[in-house]
Amino acid sequence: MANRAQIATNNSALIAMIADEDTIVGLLMAGVGNVDLRRKTNYLIVDSKTTVKQIEDAFKEFTTREDIAIVLISQYVANMIRFLVDSYNKPVPAILEIPSKDHPYDPTQDSVLSRVKYLFSAESVASGRR
Amino acid sequence: MSGQGQRLNVVPTVTVLGVVKARLVGATRGHALLKKKSDALTVQFRQILKKIVSTKESMGDKMKASSFALIEAKYVAGENIKHTVLENVQTATLKVRSRQENVAGVKLPKFDYFHEGETKNDLTGLARGGQQVQACRAAYVKAIEVLVELASLQTSFMTLDAAIKTTNRRVNALENVVKPRLENTITYIKGELDELEREDFFRLKKIQGFKKREIERQLAAAKQFAEGQVAEKVSLQKGISLNSAQNMLSASEKDEDIIF
Repeated sequence: MANRAQIATNNSALIAMIADEDTIVGLLMAGVGNVDLRRKTNYLIVDSKTTVKQIEDAFKEFTTREDIAIVLISQYVANMIRFLVDSYNKPVPAILEIPSKDHPYDPTQDSVLSRVKYLFSAESVASGRR
Repeated sequence: MSGQGQRLNVVPTVTVLGVVKARLVGATRGHALLKKKSDALTVQFRQILKKIVSTKESMGDKMKASSFALIEAKYVAGENIKHTVLENVQTATLKVRSRQENVAGVKLPKFDYFHEGETKNDLTGLARGGQQVQACRAAYVKAIEVLVELASLQTSFMTLDAAIKTTNRRVNALENVVKPRLENTITYIKGELDELEREDFFRLKKIQGFKKREIERQLAAAKQFAEGQVAEKVSLQKGISLNSAQNMLSASEKDEDIIF
């Protein structure tokens, strides 16, 4: 099976984040932030000066790092690199689109929920809410 | 259909027939088992789907609440609290642990979050707004709890999706390719064996007929011979050998001295 990657049962893994400053600050306050010896962070603050290339690189780095189990990404950031998010199909790390403060959450744009919708077009899973 | 009319390339013998029949039984059992597995996975899949939708909804609420808590903390502790927070990042105190859950032979990842070490943010907002900062912290920890749950659900969703696809592919392959092929092979071997049997029967009949004719012929020859014997005996009794009488005629033609 090519698609099913081996799920590692490591004891501790990090949560990576790509989001706007406020969300990052809040999540860092909860204690998910990590800076390793080479001053590499497990988060990327996206502001008006951040380029799409930077986001892409961060996304690729977070999804290939072995110590990251979950990647949280703001939905408006995910929309910028939608092609990357949609083509990502590994189970670990899990990509999770989160709402950000300034941008309302749109469930129809979520890559997983759109897949859910695609699978069960009869049951309107994502459209019938909110 | 692609599987129709195909059969395995085998020698039609009784042994092979037994082997193929055993394989068909195995394929049928495997098909039934895989079908069950697929059903079990689908049940699980639908449950996860429902949970994902409800958790996504609660995630929206939790994120809203935590954003609001952050605004409160900023208002009380001042805008520059974020710099304090960003400076204080060293090692993660909140981490996730992944473990596996087994659903009908498919390993699903599950994430749990846990605290490790002590937080560096204890002193954040010591001057003012400490209460709000702690409340904000708690709100975000709660949000992360939901996010981690959602992440494990989502991962399960993807893994199950792939597993269901492969299982269904296997079920269909068994149903539409392997089983018809085996059945075709069985019918082919049976037909071939029947034909062999008929051929054999026909051959035996033929041999029987030949033998019968042969016996009749021999009987007729024996009868003729016996009749000849009887005729000779009678002629001997009369004084003349039947053979010599005949021979006289036949030998006379070969006599070169006699000129007619």
